[in-house]
Amino acid sequence: MANSVLQVEKLVKRYGEVEAVRGVSFAVDEGEVFGLLGPNGAGKTSTIEVLEGLRVADGGKVTVCGLDPQRNAKELKNVIGATLQATSLPEKLRVSEAIHLFAGFYKRNRNPEELLKRFGLEEKRNAFYGQLSGGQKQRLALALALVNDPQVLFLDEPTAGLDPQVRREIYDIIEELKRDKKTIVLTTHYIEEAEKLCDRVAIVDHGKLIATGTPRELKGRSANTTRLEVRLAKPARKDTLKNLDGVVDALVVDGIYVLHCQRAAPAIVALVKHLEAENNELVSLEIATPSLEDVFIELTGRRLRD
Amino acid sequence: MKTILKLAGMRIRITLRNKAFLFFSLVMPMAFFFLYGSVFGKGQPTVVRYLLGPVIAMSVMGTFWGLSAQIVTWREQGILRRFRLAPIPAASMIGSSVLANMLLILPTVVLELLLARFLYHVTSFGNVTSVIVLALAGIGSFASLGLIVASVTNTMQETQVINQLLWFALIFVSGATVPIPELPRIAQRAALFLPATYLVNGLQRAMVDGKSIFSLGVEIGSLLAWGALAFFISAQLFRWEPEAKLPRNAKLWAVATILPFVLLGIWENHNGQLLSRAATMMNERPGEKPTPADR
Repeated sequence: MANSVLQVEKLVKRYGEVEAVRGVSFAVDEGEVFGLLGPNGAGKTSTIEVLEGLRVADGGKVTVCGLDPQRNAKELKNVIGATLQATSLPEKLRVSEAIHLFAGFYKRNRNPEELLKRFGLEEKRNAFYGQLSGGQKQRLALALALVNDPQVLFLDEPTAGLDPQVRREIYDIIEELKRDKKTIVLTTHYIEEAEKLCDRVAIVDHGKLIATGTPRELKGRSANTTRLEVRLAKPARKDTLKNLDGVVDALVVDGIYVLHCQRAAPAIVALVKHLEAENNELVSLEIATPSLEDVFIELTGRRLRD
Repeated sequence: MKTILKLAGMRIRITLRNKAFLFFSLVMPMAFFFLYGSVFGKGQPTVVRYLLGPVIAMSVMGTFWGLSAQIVTWREQGILRRFRLAPIPAASMIGSSVLANMLLILPTVVLELLLARFLYHVTSFGNVTSVIVLALAGIGSFASLGLIVASVTNTMQETQVINQLLWFALIFVSGATVPIPELPRIAQRAALFLPATYLVNGLQRAMVDGKSIFSLGVEIGSLLAWGALAFFISAQLFRWEPEAKLPRNAKLWAVATILPFVLLGIWENHNGQLLSRAATMMNERPGEKPTPADR
């Protein structure tokens, strides 16, 4: 890929005995929004922080804009922008001071006043960082990430811990950046975030990349199936549900039976008959269209929000 | 350089907005100032001038306490890692720490001189250049000490324990509280290994005997050499991330910090005149001998 701005090859990252990233490879093209989707502890943050130069890889090769994050740290920092997960600013630093301060650290920078306006922080320009709400802090973090007009933007869990309304605000901002053709790498454990924002998604679990593709491609894996989520009064015997008419496969996730089937109606009829015969009862039944969640469940046998 | 100035400017601004800082760097030193000036010095100009050395030294030495606490907090809260994302070298971060503290603490020293002049009618401060140079060398070296403390400790609790230990050693075995000649002989000899002793003694010789920076070569030189070494070591040990492990040889590095004063202490114990000079200076004070010890 000639125009890929970021390459990761067989990346390995260890913390003592724990192998957090176990041979991850992917590439991101210019102007693409690339998502790393996976549960907490999957190795997403470790991967992204190696790319930012904050952590040293234990194996594999990584380049960002043609630069090695460790050997060309200073050049790299001038061309990337990022929001971090575990971070903060001094409590008594004012919003406008923070933006002007960070703008001054770079060779190339955007007008801080424009950024304040664009991120809706003008009213809060004289507020101390410590007085901001979670959403305002995240907007400021995004503004700071853009202060050097970066070529690549890293957003680590940009909406974690924010309430739904604020989350939508952040989505709007990211979608705007997407329209500006910014190259963005983001991590998330929210399915809808990955589906809504990303051009391509890599599903990460236990430090490994288990599937990569556009959200549509990934969903295509289960495109012809419908998902039934069933609660039963008594546990079903092993493998009995899988053998029902029209059911492709059945999994137990958190006590809920997840059945993937070609057509919903015959499968439901078969299920009800089977339960009657077994003297079992249906507590609840939900029919869902396929989503990335199904892909994740299929690939890992677990739900994402573990 | 631009980055250091920007960082220092930011740090001065947010430090001035911090009430804890104002308490420790203004209220506390002023409390010491009036305690020494009015109670121990009974307001007599020459005695106040003699006691001004310890008072200024304590304001200067306090630098390490606030700075180490700030850096540890910033590291724990992930503030340092946000700065690390920008092209800021570690040297700029620690350089700005030292610079910001010089600009924050020096005004306190000047205020103490002015109050002594106008409240206690101290008419001469001997060699003022020497006083300022000693104060700056002291702030720089004790700021570097604070950076080292911040690097070798992992949590605020650890930091504060080390700070307390250092603080008590520095103020009790240096002439800052009890004049050196009144300490037990063994403590006098121990004092010769502490930078605080040279700071207190240098300030007193500058003000009481009007010594120039050249006559105070040992005091100023030792503080500068120690400050430079401590600064260098703090740059080696600096950690941006809370999870970053201390290099295995870090404690050795930290111990290396004391080398200059171990050497100077040995030399002073054999050949030095600091103790005899200190005794002369104390005995030459006019009037009775009110000391902090005879409350």
